[in-house]
Amino acid sequence: MFFMGIDIGSRGAKGVVLEDNKIATSFIGDTGPESVKTSEMVRDNMLKNLGLTMKEINYNMATGYGRVLVPFAHENVSEISAHAKGANWYFPSVRTILDMGGQDCKAINVNEKGQVTKFIMNDKCAGGTGRFLELIASVLALQLEEIGQISLESKKNFPFNTVCAVFAKSEAISLMKKGTPKSDILAGLHDAIAVRCHNLLKRVNIEKDFTITGGIAKNKGMVAKIKEKVGIEPVLAPDPQIMGALGAALFAKDRYLAKQVAAQAA
Amino acid sequence: MPVAGIDVGSQTTKVVILGDGQVVGQSVIVSAEETEIGARKALDEALKQAGLAITDLTVIVATGVGRKDVSFATRQKTSLSCLAKGINRLAPSVRTLIDVGAETSTVIRVNEKGGVDDSIGHDRCASGTGVFLESMAKLMQMPLPEMGRESLKAQKRAEVSSMCAIFAEQEVISHVHRVPPTPKPDIIAGIHGSMAVRIVGLAKRIGIKPEVALCGGVAQNVGFAKVVEEEVKQKVVIPENPQLVAALGAARIAQEEGGK
Repeated sequence: MFFMGIDIGSRGAKGVVLEDNKIATSFIGDTGPESVKTSEMVRDNMLKNLGLTMKEINYNMATGYGRVLVPFAHENVSEISAHAKGANWYFPSVRTILDMGGQDCKAINVNEKGQVTKFIMNDKCAGGTGRFLELIASVLALQLEEIGQISLESKKNFPFNTVCAVFAKSEAISLMKKGTPKSDILAGLHDAIAVRCHNLLKRVNIEKDFTITGGIAKNKGMVAKIKEKVGIEPVLAPDPQIMGALGAALFAKDRYLAKQVAAQAA
Repeated sequence: MPVAGIDVGSQTTKVVILGDGQVVGQSVIVSAEETEIGARKALDEALKQAGLAITDLTVIVATGVGRKDVSFATRQKTSLSCLAKGINRLAPSVRTLIDVGAETSTVIRVNEKGGVDDSIGHDRCASGTGVFLESMAKLMQMPLPEMGRESLKAQKRAEVSSMCAIFAEQEVISHVHRVPPTPKPDIIAGIHGSMAVRIVGLAKRIGIKPEVALCGGVAQNVGFAKVVEEEVKQKVVIPENPQLVAALGAARIAQEEGGK
């Protein structure tokens, strides 16, 4: 049996297909201006990978900010529940999740069943989101994928007292003019964001095990700084960015099986 | 004896020279990378206007974010006390002053002596500041003064619910690309609205007492001033040179503290 989860985020569109309880394929692309087309693109790529058609997918679940714009989904679920479910599948011992997405940041507590027990989010300010890191990468003329590694090469943290993307950008430009190494600028910014994430986490219960999900969890510099602030070594999934899509696929499976049981009883 | 007030802001440096209690010279220049050089340039310009030399000045008070980097200043004062002193001279009946600069916005409750009774502000976020407006002007491909005028033609404020400059940019882009597009004056009024809501929200936390005045560089924007009036639900006083209020206040303090 196959179950599909589609996660339409603000910046990235992700998909996972489960075959029974194994990840059969996954896909990550950019969220375009039309979420409907984006969701179909994610679906078609995964079907192609597997050589399947939609008929063979038993149930589809959508999540993420664009979850209502996935026309082929049977149902949708909030990304908070989806991340909790996905994280629980990888690591049943996880109790605290930091989800760092394209345009928001969430701290989530999850129980042993993968259910959300507490959560808090910042979606009012771009500081500490993927959008922020994109802006900084472009100011420093670097690729988004390399800034984390470069930040780790820093000898001296340049302290930033704000995570406002606008101020950080102009400060980064003036520091570059003065010849401050890019690695020091990046280390300072990663540090400031980590402080902010830690503050967000303090508003839920910081308990072991701890994981980081979302696209930014692939940034090694960021993960190192967060570990330093929080004081707990995070457990990381092989691809933390697909966690929401995986959770949605797991919900698809649960729902499908529950419906079958109900049908049999009737 | 003449005295001077220098206000070193993040984007502009302002100077006011008082001679016998009257303004005899003033200047506004774009702040240089080196604060000291920019401050000296601004001072020289105002001195030239007044027909004075720097040696004629008995006291020089520096204020603003860069006040500590002006070596020739004899004293330093916070922006808050200078703004209060400045507005008190221009409009003594003002009790609430809203200052919107390039990178800060501040609300001050001013007493009848020009002292600070209470204040609130933020300087770690670009929402409701001049740079927010600048980035929007870039997006709308319009010079700042034109933005202000254009917004006065608005039928209604387009929804710009984000206060974060980055997120507001996306909202503005979606207004531009909508079919049919949201009219430009409405979008700009919405941008001004986002800023005004942020700042008036701050003001409400310390209480808005009449009269209300608006100063700082952004106060030159007629469209922004209009939405601030709508948000505070009363007429707002705007001094003739809203950028010079803190420099004037600094000069007044210079005078009081020994420049007589």
